[in-house]
Amino acid sequence: MTIPRGKIVAIMGGSGCGKTTILRLIGGQLRPQSGQVRVGGLSVPDLAPSALYELRRKSGMLFQFGALFTDMSVFENIAFPMREHTALPEELIRDLVLMKLQAVGLRGAAQLMPAELSGGMARRVALARAIALDPLLILYDEPFAGLDPISLGVVGQLIRRLNDALSITSVVVTHDVYESLKIVDYLYFVSEGRVIASGTPDEVRASSDPFVRQFVDGAPDGPVPFHYPAPAYREELFADVG
Amino acid sequence: MNRAAIDLWVGIFVALGFGAILFLALKVGNLVTLDNSPGYRLEANFDNIGGLKLRAPVKAAGVVVGRVESVRLDTKSYEAVVTLRIDRDYQFTKDTIAAINTSGLLGEVYVGLDAGGDPTMLRDGDQIAKTQSAVVVEKLISQFLFDKAASPRPSASGDPVPAKSAEPAPVGAKK
Amino acid sequence: MSAELVAGIAQWLRRLGGTVTGAVAQLGFAARFLAAVLWHTPSAFRRIHLTLREIYFTGVLSLVIILMSGLFVGMVLSLQGYETLKRYGADEQLGILVALALVRELGPVISGLLFASRAGSAITAEIGLMKTTEQLAAMEMMAVDPLARVIAPRFWGGVISMPLLAALFSAAGIFGGYLVGVRLIGIDAGAFWGQMQAGVDFWPDVTNGIIKSVVFGAAVSLISVFEGYNAKPTAEGVASATTRTVVLSSLAILALDFVMTAFMFRGGNAT
Repeated sequence: MTIPRGKIVAIMGGSGCGKTTILRLIGGQLRPQSGQVRVGGLSVPDLAPSALYELRRKSGMLFQFGALFTDMSVFENIAFPMREHTALPEELIRDLVLMKLQAVGLRGAAQLMPAELSGGMARRVALARAIALDPLLILYDEPFAGLDPISLGVVGQLIRRLNDALSITSVVVTHDVYESLKIVDYLYFVSEGRVIASGTPDEVRASSDPFVRQFVDGAPDGPVPFHYPAPAYREELFADVG
Repeated sequence: MNRAAIDLWVGIFVALGFGAILFLALKVGNLVTLDNSPGYRLEANFDNIGGLKLRAPVKAAGVVVGRVESVRLDTKSYEAVVTLRIDRDYQFTKDTIAAINTSGLLGEVYVGLDAGGDPTMLRDGDQIAKTQSAVVVEKLISQFLFDKAASPRPSASGDPVPAKSAEPAPVGAKK
Repeated sequence: MSAELVAGIAQWLRRLGGTVTGAVAQLGFAARFLAAVLWHTPSAFRRIHLTLREIYFTGVLSLVIILMSGLFVGMVLSLQGYETLKRYGADEQLGILVALALVRELGPVISGLLFASRAGSAITAEIGLMKTTEQLAAMEMMAVDPLARVIAPRFWGGVISMPLLAALFSAAGIFGGYLVGVRLIGIDAGAFWGQMQAGVDFWPDVTNGIIKSVVFGAAVSLISVFEGYNAKPTAEGVASATTRTVVLSSLAILALDFVMTAFMFRGGNAT
């Protein structure tokens, strides 16, 4: 897979096909058994700890349910990367945090605790935290999962606008076809650990590839079978008879 | 829980903890009583110190006047050399007797000082001339049995040092 | 012997071997984990407020249970001890009995067990939950080492809290012993404290008790953070990790207690 700079690329596939693993490989949390992972020309698995540290400083990750630190307020969650990695004075950090919250529309929620947020709000706070240090690369792990239609629209719009405004590269792992087709520049389809299709949103909508078609149309049966592998039906039903 | 409150409570906790340790050291243990009062040393030789331990009290007329500082064996005379540390406030005569006693039957072993009438006092580093060793109960019993078994004669009163003549290996002595 | 029996025995032996090698591997893993935690000690102390926060949660919040338990244990010791000592006419030794039992053994051990079940399980659950909700992974992706920021402060918080709690337990216990012995039963206060002072030596008794509680604190804290860090990221995983913390910590405390007592109090004579 190639992910060009400044673009939003979606990685789609059924559950358990390895989408999250791709994000972990990019982030250096997993090492590949074969093949390469390169970010900005550097091979991620071979990076020295200090170089990996630099790479992570320049990237952000949005986890599926936000992964906010539950013992800190929203404000402190977003201030966390700033306090850890910069020596900025508190007044400046305060302004930056409020600006990030403004970008996601939650400036008024700065003093709430994560437990008091709805799913959509938590996701947005996590997004604000991911952009806290103005990263060059953001990885999104299922940003649309479990959201109501309004929040879906909000998150999708935020991903697109932030990507354009901050010139970020975004990798979105998801299985929400509808939202992805609205905002991404390119899609990859993954099944059982392999890329089986790719294209721009228009190409995907018009595609005749059976897997892509099944995915886009949401058909229950097709290249991804409905039935989990099992012995022949007739044999299993009558197995205990005679 | 804001930072100031946490700091306060942790401070209180640590202070309480150290207070408890101090309490254990001073009130419960004997850290202070060991080191503070200035004193002088006296030496005494015993044939047998029995169960005398380090830091055992040295008492005169029942009053604690010092502590046992060290115990070692003189390899030439095979006697126990006990160094006593006596409080500076207390002076003892040159003919003081040092005896090893037990308070009660199961109580602790201590050194008792019995002052005499000599006008000169013992000074730092002096040796107490007259000593009385510990009563070792097993030897008393074996002595008693020995005397009973032998021809009837008045057994030595309270003298714990057995006669230098041969004595049979008695029943209860070796434990 | 039938082939099935042989196969059954072979399988049983394989499983036994597997369990043993698994346990040894876990031990090695734990040792490397301890080394990693110790490696991050300087950062735990540079960000002192992190460690202070942990001391608050493990130490300060355990104060009530420690003090109350200590008080009751001391009172019971006094009651039971008096009955037995009276038979030998040695009831004036009650002070020494209560003090030595607490300072040398019961203080470190019982407060260690209470600490393991209260603070240890809380630490394991907290870390396990952070792992389950991907907070630890998020921290890693933000280039912040969770070992330095989450694990090491909790470890040192426990190590610092334990000896203080053990001392407080012993102090409360001695006070309880005093209440029962002197106030309730009527032993002479002077004899109670005087015999205690003569019998309890700072160097062998009190300091060994402190050393024991530091070792227990390190063991319990290490087990707690280890189990939490390696918990399976599910509800059952966290629950079983929490249980394992309490069980392993308790066993470790009792085993270490035996080993240390054998070293420290050989013979019983102060030499």
